[in-house]
Amino acid sequence: MSDTFFSGAPHWTWFIIPYFFIGGLAGGAYFLAAILEWFGRPDDRPVVRTGYDVAAVGAIVSGLLLTVDLGRPLRFWHMLFQSDNLPAVVFKAWSPISFGAWAILLFGLFSVLSALGARAEEGRLRNPVLRAVGSAVQGRALAKVIAAVGGLFGFFVAAYTGVLLAVTNRPIWADSPWLGALFVTSGASTGAATLILLAPGRGATARSLAWLSDFDFKALIVELLILVVFIASLWPIRQVWVSFWGLLLLVGVVGAGIVAPLRLHADPARAARLVLLGGFLLRVTTLLASEGIAHYRVALGQ
Amino acid sequence: MVTITRKHAAAASEAMGFFTDTTVCIGCKACEVACKNWNQLPATHGGVSEMSGDSYDNTRKLDGTHWRHVKFIEQFDGPYNGRWLMMSDVCKHCVQAGCLEVCPTGAIIRTQFDTVVIQSDVCNGCRACIAACPFGVIDMNPVAGTAQKCTLCHDRLEVGLEPACAKACPTDSIQFGPIDELRERAQKRLTQLHAMGEKRAQLYGDDPNGPLGGLNSFYLLVDEPEKYGLPRNPQLPSRNLKKAGTFSAASAAVLGLLALVGLRKKRMDEQASAN
Repeated sequence: MSDTFFSGAPHWTWFIIPYFFIGGLAGGAYFLAAILEWFGRPDDRPVVRTGYDVAAVGAIVSGLLLTVDLGRPLRFWHMLFQSDNLPAVVFKAWSPISFGAWAILLFGLFSVLSALGARAEEGRLRNPVLRAVGSAVQGRALAKVIAAVGGLFGFFVAAYTGVLLAVTNRPIWADSPWLGALFVTSGASTGAATLILLAPGRGATARSLAWLSDFDFKALIVELLILVVFIASLWPIRQVWVSFWGLLLLVGVVGAGIVAPLRLHADPARAARLVLLGGFLLRVTTLLASEGIAHYRVALGQ
Repeated sequence: MVTITRKHAAAASEAMGFFTDTTVCIGCKACEVACKNWNQLPATHGGVSEMSGDSYDNTRKLDGTHWRHVKFIEQFDGPYNGRWLMMSDVCKHCVQAGCLEVCPTGAIIRTQFDTVVIQSDVCNGCRACIAACPFGVIDMNPVAGTAQKCTLCHDRLEVGLEPACAKACPTDSIQFGPIDELRERAQKRLTQLHAMGEKRAQLYGDDPNGPLGGLNSFYLLVDEPEKYGLPRNPQLPSRNLKKAGTFSAASAAVLGLLALVGLRKKRMDEQASAN
């Protein structure tokens, strides 16, 4: 039996699951927008602007979900600053929840700046202060720099949630080093899927959408491969999948969330909806499969 | 029974801890009661009794409102053939503590007594420490909204008193004192038990070169650690950081490459069709 079975569950459930999903999706969407910011053509701008908007909203919602999930939400800032020694910061490079808190804050900052630039580009900012900020970062070298750094933070936010789970002592999470890789790939595929669904409303061209759809197809193949490796790496504790969560992983994540969208490649909108469903169920299964294992039952041989 | 002196408390150069000899535990739960009482821990379910239904042990596990828990391990093969193993479980105050390692707020600290304490006024209830502890010791205190566990009665230690549980233990199953002294005492007891024919007797967590640099709350057991709900080889959560981080970065790089290659291919296809 793995030594992880003697640990306690942290009750990371219905605020953390959507956070992992939305944070990953936002990070993936920003990363793709940043790629197009640097290497795209003018007709890719609607996708870029959509990506920045998705990232900014996603980062803000992620921060709110994380805060609400705390036992003492008003102390959320204790993650960032030493409560008794302001303004000294708290930062542990070896603790994903510590550097992740900083990453989500900085990702939020970059994505909001980029989103303001995108709104200024469309002439949709009325507030003079926001318009000034948006204009400063719009269509200039600064926008590219922000996109580059924000894009890295985006992928960081998508990945660190999986690394955070690996850096515990819980069954499944700490029994495999592949969750970070799986989550960043899922973040990329769900980010692309979100852009496929939302960017047409901002005037995205068929060419841009085709690139997104092609990327999503490839990301799903990578995700499937990593998922197989992840499950194989858990072979010593394979009994954990003999449960509802194992069935959901097989049917919901692999079947509906990866294989079906791959087969529906010719219908990107339908495929994208299924990718989003699969990405959400991936977080549901990986978190709840471990959360459901109660250590005292293991200790009593039940 | 050991009472530390004010000299111990003031000097604080010595690591203090518990040696729990499970062979003399009678399951009276006096330690649980003393702990609850001294630390003013709230009742669960509003004080309504809740039976486990499958054991005489109704506490079941350590959590944010039960910092001591006497485990009843029932090894029965038929109604008249078997034995009870009793073990008063508590935070291990690991020399290398997983909870302290991951805590993002700095709420978890190592004290002058080499114990590990959660400062409830700093903790924000993120619960990372719960998942990081290899022993399942920490949990939320629903009244405080923070993660809590045994402090090794830090407030009592500071004024030269021994922890409430050790003070209350009627059989000296829970022994408190400087770790070096406790290790010597544990070795003597182990030798005694082996000489008496109890060959299954073993120490758990006493080795400073063992897992987690040794435990400042260690045990004498008469069965395998797993039977007591203890991991054989507890580890720090950071053991996975490097590998998980590398795999994530590699996957991100592959995805970035796929995005760029796709963009380039699209351009080349367009150029080809334009020509």
